[in-house]
Amino acid sequence: MTATADAELVPVPSRRPLWRRLLGFNLFSAVILGVAGYYLGWWIGHQINGPSFEFQAKTNENDVALMLGYFFGVVGFLIGLGFANYPVSRLLGRPASLREKEDEGMGRYFGLCTDHKVVGIQYLVGIGVFFFIAGLNAMLIRVELLKPTPTAIGPNQYLSLVGMHGTMMMGMMTSGILGPFGNYFVPLMIGARRMAFPRIEALTFWLLMAAGFILTSTIFFGGFPTGWTGYEPLNEQAVMGMDSYICFFALVGVSMALLGLNMIATIVAHRAPGMTWSRLPIFVWSVFATSILMVLAAPMLIGALLMAAFDRTINTAFFTVGVGGSPYLFENLFWFFGHPEVYVLALPGFGIVLELLPVFTRKPLWGYRLAIAGMLGVTLLSFFVWQHHLFVSGINAALRPFYMLSTEIISIPTGFIFLCVMGTLWKARTRFTVPMLFCLGWTFNFLIGGLSGVFLSDTPLDTDTHGSFFVMAHFHYTIMGGLIFTFFAAIYYWVPKMFGLKLNEKLAKIHFWSLFIAFNSTFMPLFVLGMKGMPRRVSTYAPNLQGLNMWVSISAFVIGLSMLVFLFNVIYSLIIVRKPAEADPWHSKGLEWQTPTPVPVNNFETIPVIDSDPYEYGIPISHHGGAEPLPAGG
Amino acid sequence: MASEPIHPGSEPNHARRFGLIWVISSLIATPLVVLLIGPIMPPGHGSEQASGHVTDNTVLIGAATPVLLLVVLYLIYAIVNFRQPKGAALEGPAIHGNARIQTTWIVVTSILVISLAAYGTIRLLEDGAGAGAGPNPVAVPSGPKLPVQVIGQEWAFTYRYPTYGGVETPHLVLPVNEMIELHVTSLDVIHSFWAYQLGVKADANPNTDNVVFVRPTKKQTFEVRCAELCGIWHGYMFDHGQVVSPTAFALWIKEQQVRFAPVAKYLPKYARKYIPEPIRRGE
Amino acid sequence: MSVVAKKLLGIGVGGVVVVVLIALYISQWATSFPQTVAAMSTRKVAGLNGTQLTLQTVAAIGPKYSPSHPDWVSYLVLDHGKWVHSTIFKVPAHSLVHVTVLQYDGDSGLRNPFLSQVQGTTTGMETIDGKATKAINPEEASHTFAVPQLGLFIPLPGVPEEAKNQCEFAPCTLAEAHRTITFTFRTGAKGRYRWQCFVPCAAGWIFGFGGPMQTLGYMDGFLDVV
Repeated sequence: MTATADAELVPVPSRRPLWRRLLGFNLFSAVILGVAGYYLGWWIGHQINGPSFEFQAKTNENDVALMLGYFFGVVGFLIGLGFANYPVSRLLGRPASLREKEDEGMGRYFGLCTDHKVVGIQYLVGIGVFFFIAGLNAMLIRVELLKPTPTAIGPNQYLSLVGMHGTMMMGMMTSGILGPFGNYFVPLMIGARRMAFPRIEALTFWLLMAAGFILTSTIFFGGFPTGWTGYEPLNEQAVMGMDSYICFFALVGVSMALLGLNMIATIVAHRAPGMTWSRLPIFVWSVFATSILMVLAAPMLIGALLMAAFDRTINTAFFTVGVGGSPYLFENLFWFFGHPEVYVLALPGFGIVLELLPVFTRKPLWGYRLAIAGMLGVTLLSFFVWQHHLFVSGINAALRPFYMLSTEIISIPTGFIFLCVMGTLWKARTRFTVPMLFCLGWTFNFLIGGLSGVFLSDTPLDTDTHGSFFVMAHFHYTIMGGLIFTFFAAIYYWVPKMFGLKLNEKLAKIHFWSLFIAFNSTFMPLFVLGMKGMPRRVSTYAPNLQGLNMWVSISAFVIGLSMLVFLFNVIYSLIIVRKPAEADPWHSKGLEWQTPTPVPVNNFETIPVIDSDPYEYGIPISHHGGAEPLPAGG
Repeated sequence: MASEPIHPGSEPNHARRFGLIWVISSLIATPLVVLLIGPIMPPGHGSEQASGHVTDNTVLIGAATPVLLLVVLYLIYAIVNFRQPKGAALEGPAIHGNARIQTTWIVVTSILVISLAAYGTIRLLEDGAGAGAGPNPVAVPSGPKLPVQVIGQEWAFTYRYPTYGGVETPHLVLPVNEMIELHVTSLDVIHSFWAYQLGVKADANPNTDNVVFVRPTKKQTFEVRCAELCGIWHGYMFDHGQVVSPTAFALWIKEQQVRFAPVAKYLPKYARKYIPEPIRRGE
Repeated sequence: MSVVAKKLLGIGVGGVVVVVLIALYISQWATSFPQTVAAMSTRKVAGLNGTQLTLQTVAAIGPKYSPSHPDWVSYLVLDHGKWVHSTIFKVPAHSLVHVTVLQYDGDSGLRNPFLSQVQGTTTGMETIDGKATKAINPEEASHTFAVPQLGLFIPLPGVPEEAKNQCEFAPCTLAEAHRTITFTFRTGAKGRYRWQCFVPCAAGWIFGFGGPMQTLGYMDGFLDVV
């Protein structure tokens, strides 16, 4: 994207012949080595799974081979991209190559690049592709639910679609905001030249892409029937497609943990002089809180999946009843990861909304410290609520009042965020731009999601709603209404910075309104369906619920169309029209907007010195106490 | 109003105006919601536990209505009143916070959620509230109970009545107005026994006895569904149960004992949990 | 249009084509069913009107019918004199269906012995090799043909291990060792009912319930009552 703008500054790359260029470390060689690695693992798996693993009687189902195939495939893919170059040259005592960062032009978007801005855009596009595939799965699910009996989609495929939709969204979209916008903007917002660990940063992205491909490949191996939770022992009972789920989520776990680690290190160690903790933009705070969750929760998932993989391949019995295992163990491990995971999806949304509101209301963020307290409070408490997913499971029944209490209490810090949003809107000079509309949409959606969560946290009422469409509606309100709305807010807000181009505003408004209306029209009736007794993840339901289900399906298709409007806008505005954006179209005072567009490779000529709060908007009012810092938490 | 720049002096007292709007609408809406929507809240009055859930639902929507109104009305109020005049580029007032409002908010939300948690705990400890309470339930209702075992398997529920010779039946029939002690277990993967109209849900875990109490209060047909994804026919794991008069129940159970006499000798001895063979076949 | 825009357009179009192909593939995969086989109308034999469904159960489906999973246990259905690898059967509503099962598989035993009693047939019995039976020994069960929503549970006894001339994989012939089970049931209202096997017959899978036991076309199917 930058090639025309600063063509003179860039040394013209030598035109080597095509075959020579393809042989380098790039996406092409990565795919070749990935496929080769996959077949190597597959072959090894069939060698060792022959005579010595006789108890593996599942004919033509070789979990060992598939797992090894995925493992070696990923290793080959990463080597092909060039991730081994640095450690290998250091081992051999050679000077380490820095070519990843020196590359210019379009090519660097298709390979290993350690420039955080390139990785951000790679994330945006890569996650976008999988977001659309997962969305397509949702459309197919809703096609099936047009009728109360399964006619369009086979029962195996239906469960696989449910599982793929859930897993892909919950796995890939954990990095939905931290990946693109965290990587791109955190260094810019804290006045750093790079992330703390640029190679790890690139690794998290390529791991995620490999993972996404692995999950999609499940349809070649029969899919998997467990949904995104992967509960045992159904997990162990499933065909080879389940291995795709396990490898996918384990890789996502690694990617998440590394991403979080990198973010924490960057925010702790790479802040510009004067960028004290109390001057940190709220978005960076939300990234920080999310990263803590990622680093602490993801290893639990990796561990649980490793155990599941051993159960499936070498017949250990971690989760097998009758031989010493227990499915409760998996439920516990999974939700110990799974509940922080849903806040991993929610917290960056808080950050985006609170970051954008001051810009569009022309006011400082109201209750900056309260917002931080809210985010850190959610982070802390989210590790103490996981068994509310298991209220009716019969596990630790005497502890349910505790989990009920902790779950209810987590709405206190979440309430802080709402108070900060409302306070910032007070007497504001709001401009209703597209990012602002998405933020207001978030406020409504997350409110519904949060209030419905109170019903679920109440153990007696969870009896009616657990495992029903009510839960489904609840978490779509918090995740889709929360994360996806802020994801789009961030796209509309930051695309002028990332690409130097403008998105068409009329199309953007059509996108927002159709999405907002269709979203509510899809998920509001699901609360009713759940309360009428429709369980989740079923392809058949009581005939008297058909009317509402048809309504929901049609609304869901409108969501699909709305996403196509967005896609069209992206192609139309960013590829065909390419209208340059102003330097700071929103008149933001954020540090990221003070850099030139396109952002130079090293971000800042000289590292800036920060001497003010992040949100210096508005006319100071003396009798309000002005910019006096408020007591912590109050 | 919105199109003109607002002078600090001529500005209406937004705080008082919005406060009034919210208080009045809450005072109107909350009783309406409680009185009109409360009675139609699920799951109806099929059992003591279900009636309890209707009450809980009513309490929660009653508590949620002012909160919902506060945020939604505030959003509308802010969108209508606090706008950037067209074509202008005005800055808002630099208000960084308000210690009093923040403290009030924290105190009020804390009181609200902690009392909701306390309320939920009290309701839970009364009789278990129809939620699966594990092998050794803390809250056990007093008086005689009819034990019934629910056996989940891929993909059907069957039922055993230990006090009637352990007879096993394909459908669930219960006597009205008697406290039932359901023992939910599974032979394979995790299922969840959900009797919607009775307000009962308990996961069926293999090798685990999950106890739940319910007292049906009227004669009715109720839905039984599986609420935990258990494989290809999860969505088809549904059935209808019945609550009948005690005499009809006595007749029915006798009929079942006769009908399923041929298989009685093959049934395992009644136990709180079963680990049937094979765990793995082909080992 | 600048060079960058043209390049981007090329990449964009390529990307869209790839995504559309993936979408088509996923949709095609999601909507695939085994073929539906209609039960044959029977002539008025001994006053019994209705349709005839002839099934076969085999220990292994064989490479001829399933190249991907030749060793999976499966049902087959007779369609105009030819054995077809499908489990979606079409029968008329409110009518009698006479079913004959040729059972070639050995026994596995039921996880829930309760299901070894016949339920839901017109007589409350099934005929095993010509002998009317109410319940079989659950240890000897090889499969069941069960339509829970119709209350139909038919236990199918296995071929004894010591029997000679066992059928290894489909198609099996009448000359090979088998049991013949017949029963008659009455269909109810129109609808699509699922049917399944309750015997843990999937060798090598935990609880004997994975793989073919959870795949349409092997041990699970639909009964389309039309």
